[in-house]
Amino acid sequence: MTAIKEVVNWFGKKEALLLQVILAVQDADPQNHLSEEAVNEISREMNISRSRVYSTASFYSEISLKPRGIHIIRICTNAPCENANKASILAAIKQELGIKIGQTTADGLFSLESVNCLGACYMSPAIKIDDAVYGDLTPEAAVAIIRDLRKEYQDEQNA
Amino acid sequence: MNKMLDDDQIFNISPGRHVDLDHHCQNGGYSALAKALAQGPETSLKEILDAGLRGRGGAAFPTAEKIKMLRANTEKLRYIICNADEGEPGTFKDRFIMTHIPFQLLEGITIAAFMAGASEGYIYVRHEYPEAQKILHESIEEAERRGFLGDNILGSGFSLSLKLFSGAGSYLCGEETALISSIEGKKGRPRLKPPYPTQAGLWQKPTLINNVETLANIPKIIEKSASWYRSFGTPDSPGTKLISLSGDVQNRGLFEVPFGMTFAQIINEYGGGAKTGKAIKAVNIGGASGVLIPPEMLFTPLEYLACAKTGITIGSGAIFVLDDTRSILSNVQNRLRFFLHESCGKCTPCREGLRQANLILDRLLAGEAVRQDVSTLERYTRAIQEASFCGLGQAAGNSLRSSLAYYRDEYLASCRDNKPSFIEEETA
Repeated sequence: MTAIKEVVNWFGKKEALLLQVILAVQDADPQNHLSEEAVNEISREMNISRSRVYSTASFYSEISLKPRGIHIIRICTNAPCENANKASILAAIKQELGIKIGQTTADGLFSLESVNCLGACYMSPAIKIDDAVYGDLTPEAAVAIIRDLRKEYQDEQNA
Repeated sequence: MNKMLDDDQIFNISPGRHVDLDHHCQNGGYSALAKALAQGPETSLKEILDAGLRGRGGAAFPTAEKIKMLRANTEKLRYIICNADEGEPGTFKDRFIMTHIPFQLLEGITIAAFMAGASEGYIYVRHEYPEAQKILHESIEEAERRGFLGDNILGSGFSLSLKLFSGAGSYLCGEETALISSIEGKKGRPRLKPPYPTQAGLWQKPTLINNVETLANIPKIIEKSASWYRSFGTPDSPGTKLISLSGDVQNRGLFEVPFGMTFAQIINEYGGGAKTGKAIKAVNIGGASGVLIPPEMLFTPLEYLACAKTGITIGSGAIFVLDDTRSILSNVQNRLRFFLHESCGKCTPCREGLRQANLILDRLLAGEAVRQDVSTLERYTRAIQEASFCGLGQAAGNSLRSSLAYYRDEYLASCRDNKPSFIEEETA
């Protein structure tokens, strides 16, 4: 698997790599998750047991064993965001997507997750979509970002 | 002393923009590394010792003492780890350092590795900071190309191989033994200390683990001397501290604050005070693992000794302000839920204690609790703080303990048997 080889090349040795390999394989997956086949492959390539791979993968909240959407929306639930009216942002996103935290939309475009602190408390309430952080949000602004992403996807499909 | 700094002294916050390698060198960057390599590790370490630099991650351990422990070790292969798993809710200082002044951090890591005799190292960055990871990754490669990292640094014969390591969403991995476990490819669970990482750390080798802010202080101390560094702060707590200010204040943001200012001064002078027409009800210091204190205690100076005496945990330097519209109980519950999610489940006081405490807060907030629940909550808090295996559990009780001490009335006022209607029923 190329993702595994790339990680091994960067670190130059194998022992430190399991978590980095899992993350790289997950990043390369179109459904943003670690599939059973991927676990088998990592176990074979690194010569470690599958249970060892699962043990590490299941501990961390940024690793998913379930398929996820193309875009992952993470909403911060800690006190600075909570006090900055996070609830209204979450309600607007839930309504727009028709899903709850931990779920993926039927079209496979969005997953909604909670996250512990994005280090963006100076612009709370904050959410993160994929690698980008959005702060000082209003419910309308959050919905607009989601609609833009959906439109972008639809334009790509039609192109 | 006790005044705002005329200018940022160590962290270059004001420009608020990314300082690239050329810009870093123009500002005297990497002159500290050259100086350290020329004068040798002992002389450099003496400077850090004289400066009185302490760990900025939360534990405030004297940095020079930690490096000395590695130097005393006879094992040749030693590691350095920069702990960039900043996950304390309300804290965003390390993120700033990594994205804006990455070379100051890399220079600090290199000097620390030189002093400790470490030849291999990792920067452990949390997965939630992809931007910081990308910038550091590129900065490491650039520093290697220019001879500031890698083999034979600046022709001195000293080499350091530094790699970026990504976390995967676990607050607990900020605990040093859990972090080591995580790099070794295991679950990020803590282990019993001793042995400390300085004795047996990564792959059982001596390992120096320091926070981002601690390491980023080092180049300035070496470049400008310990006595310059001591011109800021107080004799007990020299230098400056990065403060992440958030919540109900006029200006939220990151500020470089000299030690010795009071929390009231920090909130008023940097933060512009409470929002218009509101009064401060409580201030959370040190993030989710910190304490909640009432306004009367804000006259305590930001100083390790003074804070320890009054039970304030400076921690990572997060200050989160709650005004008089906020409920203490729901803020405490927010922290409890955070710790419930992040608890690794290894020990019972943390895993079950937090769960039971959360149930009591549910009842309190629903108006279904009785006064006895408050004393039960106090007992659970003691168990969580005193019997938990690692610092996460011990610190998880801080907001409970402090809020029960300073806002007991608010807890009692939420109890069913303290409400007039209940008392009428009882006496009827």
